[in-house]
Amino acid sequence: MNSEITVNVCLGTGGIAAGSEMVMEEFRKEFETAGVKNAKFGDRCKIHKVGCRGFCARDVLVDVSVGDKTWTYQYIQPEMVKRIVKDHVLGRQPITEWLVGDDYHTFHDNQKKVILGDLGKIDPESIEEYVAVAGYTAARKALTQMTPAEIIETMKKSGLRGRGGAGFPTGLKWSFCAANESDDRYIICNADEGDPGAFMDRSVVEGNPHAVLEGMIIGAYAIGATHGYVYIRAEYPLAVNRLNMALEQAKEKGFLGKKLFGTSFDFDIKVKLGAGAFVCGEETALIASIEGERGMPRAKPPFPANKGLWGKPTIINNVETLANIPAIINRGAEWFASIGSEKSKGTKVIALTGKIRNTGLIEIPMGTPLKDIIFNIGGGIEGDKLFKAVQTGGPSGGCIPQQHIDLPVDYEGLKSVGSMMGSGGMVVLDETDCMVNISKFFLEFTQAESCGKCVPCRIGTKRLLEILTRITEGNGRKGDIELLQELAEDVRDSSLCGLGMSAPNPVLSTLKYFRHEYEAHINQKKCPAKVCNKLLTFFIREDMCVGCGMCAKACSVAAITGEKKKPHHIDSSLCIKCGSCFDACKFSAVLKE
Amino acid sequence: MEKTQEAVLEGIYQKCTANGDNIITALQQIQNEFGYVPEESVYWYADRTNIPASRFYGVITFYAQFHLHPRGKNIITVCQGTVCHVKGASRIISKIREDLKLKEDQSTTKDMQFTLETVNCVGACSIAPVVIVNDKVFGKQAPAKITQNLKAYKE
Repeated sequence: MNSEITVNVCLGTGGIAAGSEMVMEEFRKEFETAGVKNAKFGDRCKIHKVGCRGFCARDVLVDVSVGDKTWTYQYIQPEMVKRIVKDHVLGRQPITEWLVGDDYHTFHDNQKKVILGDLGKIDPESIEEYVAVAGYTAARKALTQMTPAEIIETMKKSGLRGRGGAGFPTGLKWSFCAANESDDRYIICNADEGDPGAFMDRSVVEGNPHAVLEGMIIGAYAIGATHGYVYIRAEYPLAVNRLNMALEQAKEKGFLGKKLFGTSFDFDIKVKLGAGAFVCGEETALIASIEGERGMPRAKPPFPANKGLWGKPTIINNVETLANIPAIINRGAEWFASIGSEKSKGTKVIALTGKIRNTGLIEIPMGTPLKDIIFNIGGGIEGDKLFKAVQTGGPSGGCIPQQHIDLPVDYEGLKSVGSMMGSGGMVVLDETDCMVNISKFFLEFTQAESCGKCVPCRIGTKRLLEILTRITEGNGRKGDIELLQELAEDVRDSSLCGLGMSAPNPVLSTLKYFRHEYEAHINQKKCPAKVCNKLLTFFIREDMCVGCGMCAKACSVAAITGEKKKPHHIDSSLCIKCGSCFDACKFSAVLKE
Repeated sequence: MEKTQEAVLEGIYQKCTANGDNIITALQQIQNEFGYVPEESVYWYADRTNIPASRFYGVITFYAQFHLHPRGKNIITVCQGTVCHVKGASRIISKIREDLKLKEDQSTTKDMQFTLETVNCVGACSIAPVVIVNDKVFGKQAPAKITQNLKAYKE
């Protein structure tokens, strides 16, 4: 990277969705027409694609570096590129009104980046760039200077715990696997990120795939595995592509294959595409899926570390867990253990989304208070509405209310309030979100994804969903709250795998903190947040209505009448409460109550 | 079954046997070729591999990815992640259903132009609600906007 001018464009899924490929193409064109190509392009001027840099809400983000100074532009669209090239690249005058503001720096300054550090800096499609930031030095060090036992000891000392959800100590898991007598062992990277609202693993694989592979090589050597698999969601085409590319490059360089780093250790990795089943994130279901079966979990023990893929000892680690490993080997267990809280060490990557200003991918030391994440890094609630709750851990987690806003975010902290870390998704909800509806949303999800093997989960989630559905439709009965509570506890206590055991969490946590909303739905047949359509009445405010007729056009049951340019009226006896008129009105004249 | 179809299946069979691939991979390849998993291909493959067809059906019906019916020319995928949900994905789905005149249990239009599907989460939460048409991602959608965007795909 010795060229004088570098333009970095984010090419993660978020960036591409916001149009970054077109932005990059525009830069290429502009450089050509401006004559930069003939004179300087390639030598002094370079366009560089990078992975997700976190602040997805401001996409497309573009860095322009001249010499050793860097300017970051936000919300860049293709048509803006011409001026950047003309004024900034050629004219050396940065366009101040398009640059990021102070909040961009607040967003980043409050984070600690162990895993995301290289994302947004290096080209994920180039192994050379990964090697240039000390890539594969940890694997070399581990294989040539350390024994497997030393590596496992280092992991134990570091305090690293699984980032996939349950938080089991990684070093301990590895030691169980290594202790087995077996002619073969396997290591699997679990990249089947299925939680709605979570995209940490996708971003890491898209932005720095080699770090994951390096972690797998070290893990394989530590437990004595010669084959590895990456089980990844087929819904992540870009991540799959970059992963395959990285595998090819690593093989070419001799980092995968036979006799790695001049030792006698052989290791290769295959990619397995998931076929769209949430339950396959569970270890034993994932193994069944790799073996080509229906992805149904089985009872544990035996644990996969003793008896896993094809009956052999198998380690399954999450993407983020594996991406931590090279850093721990290079910088030492003490360094890693110095970050984070007492029982949760290191950092956690979090997908911060929902009704929040600064949506994006962040990394914080374990134990950071929820408040700091939402109001400092996240910049507070979108549209200055009131904070209501934050949902963590996806369908397995719970909703945390205002009263626990000071809670430290680590495994124990989240568990103590009835939620969990999960894979690290954090969805912020505001006053306009109905908690009964949220709870129903997650039950819809888990009920559909339940594999059907065990009764409590198969039938229990179905019944829970039925009760929640009737509550949101105004048919809630007296005693429903108690029934929900009891049934949810039964499903939690008696299901076979993690899916069923955690599926009731959204219900239990909302019942605990937002019981009054359930009561309002059941007793007063009202939805306080005005979300559950069946409990609302739609009407038109005459003083706001301009009589454009859009609502009448949108109404599928002809319940809206009125003369052109005169206030319209909704016949509530015909209205099916679909909400189409509310969406159609451009003058906020349709109200619901 | 047509000769060309058989040739395609034989090709998949040879490749999968050589790689030691399992039936999920084989089915993924069959679906890539035909756009869905045709019934006759399951029976052909079951005969060829001497694995009961019921095992194939067990896998096909378990995983959301597999389709047993032909799909439309354009695939509309609405994200149903948490963020898309709280930002109104269900209203977008009803709007699309209305626009395409899809009945409740129907996901493909009669003229085979469109298939409407949902996905658990595509992880593009910063631009929720998200709708993907074929490979193009449309962010920050609203009922009126999606109608506009779909017009370009109508013949």
